[in-house]
Amino acid sequence: MNNILVFPMILPIVAGVGLLFFRTSRSIQRWGSIAAMTAVFSISLFILTTVLSDGIMRLDFGEWLPPFGITFVADAFAMLLVSAASLVSILCLLYAAFARDEQREHFFLYPFLLLLTAGVNGSFLTGDLFNLFVCFEVMLLASYVLMTLGGERRQLVEGVKYILINILSSWLFLLGIAYIYGTLGTLNMAHLSLRIAEAGQPPLLTTISILFLVVFSLKAGLVLYFWLPGSYGALPTAVSALFAALLTKVGVYALFRTFTLLFYHEPNITHTIIGWMAVATMIGGSIGAIAYKDIRKIASYNVVIAVGFMLAGLAAFNLEAIEGAIYYLLHDILVKGLLFLSIGSIIYATGKTRFDEVSGLIVNYPLFGWMFFVTILSLGGIPPFSGFPGKILIGQGSIAAGEYVLAAVAFASSLAVLYSLIRIFLSMFWGEMSIRRKDQVPLTKGRLAPILILTLLTAGLGLGMNLLSPYVSEAANVLMNPELYINKALNKPF
Amino acid sequence: METIIILLVGVLVSVATYLLLSKNVIRVVLGTALLSHAVHLLLLTMGGLKRGSVPILGDQPETYTDALPQALILTAIVISFAVTAFFLVLVFRTYQQTNTDNLHELKGADNE
Repeated sequence: MNNILVFPMILPIVAGVGLLFFRTSRSIQRWGSIAAMTAVFSISLFILTTVLSDGIMRLDFGEWLPPFGITFVADAFAMLLVSAASLVSILCLLYAAFARDEQREHFFLYPFLLLLTAGVNGSFLTGDLFNLFVCFEVMLLASYVLMTLGGERRQLVEGVKYILINILSSWLFLLGIAYIYGTLGTLNMAHLSLRIAEAGQPPLLTTISILFLVVFSLKAGLVLYFWLPGSYGALPTAVSALFAALLTKVGVYALFRTFTLLFYHEPNITHTIIGWMAVATMIGGSIGAIAYKDIRKIASYNVVIAVGFMLAGLAAFNLEAIEGAIYYLLHDILVKGLLFLSIGSIIYATGKTRFDEVSGLIVNYPLFGWMFFVTILSLGGIPPFSGFPGKILIGQGSIAAGEYVLAAVAFASSLAVLYSLIRIFLSMFWGEMSIRRKDQVPLTKGRLAPILILTLLTAGLGLGMNLLSPYVSEAANVLMNPELYINKALNKPF
Repeated sequence: METIIILLVGVLVSVATYLLLSKNVIRVVLGTALLSHAVHLLLLTMGGLKRGSVPILGDQPETYTDALPQALILTAIVISFAVTAFFLVLVFRTYQQTNTDNLHELKGADNE
């Protein structure tokens, strides 16, 4: 029964490898990958409901009982993220299928997209620190290929920087693993949590925790986001949407996991540092989002702001804020995919990347224009869209924790998000029509469909919060009470 | 013995850092390769170097060597091998495309 946990990771890998043999048939590539991800999505929804009714599930590979074997542990937090990630990858694959970038499709675009999601899902599910490293590497290697697939000069130059920074952060990750294995003698996360609690997290372990903080901040783009805007700007639309939706979120997930399950004994040190890093990220991201006229850059800096916002929830470290951060994480996975798909479609339709070069697009593409407007409202956290509950809960949580600076910066950053995107809307969609009707590039139904679905989802998620709230409160409950996780992830108390 | 290995790790890391800071792309690639060797050695040392016999059930030895770090390193070596290979190819492609192996000439956002 618990074997089902392996499917969110293994299905995309098997499908990806299988698709390698159908290089010549584009339609098998396109629809095969979408079918595989749809299967993954339905399976992960099933696991999510089972987890809510029967409690946390665990899979021991090869019957090696924890803490000796590798385990997959599915709690509500992990499964919510797996479901959201699978959903957004279906839609990105759909966009890629209709964008018909035949050259990239010929060089295995879909298998690599599938391998990327396999790595992401594996990172969410794993209950072992070293396995987390391996899943990160699966994801990163696929992302290296996707980053440089196509071989444009800009992609290659940004790719070198992207790979170098990720090799360094993986190196730091291994360093952290070496130290933690040297001091505690285990790598199973639940077991680690127990041993850290026994030791009471002495300064040595706090130092190691800061090493992990640096590693995951590099992946998530928390303060160390300098590599992000350049590399995300160099990608084709569907790939950039998937990167923006998933890659930084894996880092955010790892930060949440390590600092609620493992290193939660010294919040005065670690969570204060996270708080200041979140503040710096939100300020830096806001400056970036407002400073540029290149819409790809603006969108990339919006990713950075959102990372800071979610980590503000972790820094406040109470039930309300964590719950808000989970809402925001789910919302952000969907809406960042939506934002990058929309931005990519604007560039495809106009051929321009700066927002002051085109105007009056709403006459050319009325439906698309209004969908973009909804995206902006959702990103800014305006009710009834999905950004609102996360923002309000993180705000309440950080005020309850007495973190007034954090709350003020968080809400000011929402204004920066709104301003930077409304500026795009005002100058590109309103005003004089600059593209004549007969010259306009048609945005096909296939391109608009994923954007429409995501827009409906962000509205639906905002209106249907009641459906989601039992899952989110269960997830937040497990994060705030690590013993629930440990009891299920280890067989007996050690 | 552990101390010597740790010192060796330190030497490797400093050499790798020197290589990483140079402008030549190939040196940077070599730097990342050395860096990964350093951390593999560190992992091995952290688990404790060989003291007892092999960890096989039924032999009942007094002490046995911890086998886990070696399994970890094996995985990490494979990964770093793949990454280094990919990185080398990428650097070569970039050199073909841009006609330079100097990192300073690759910087900046608008170098199309």
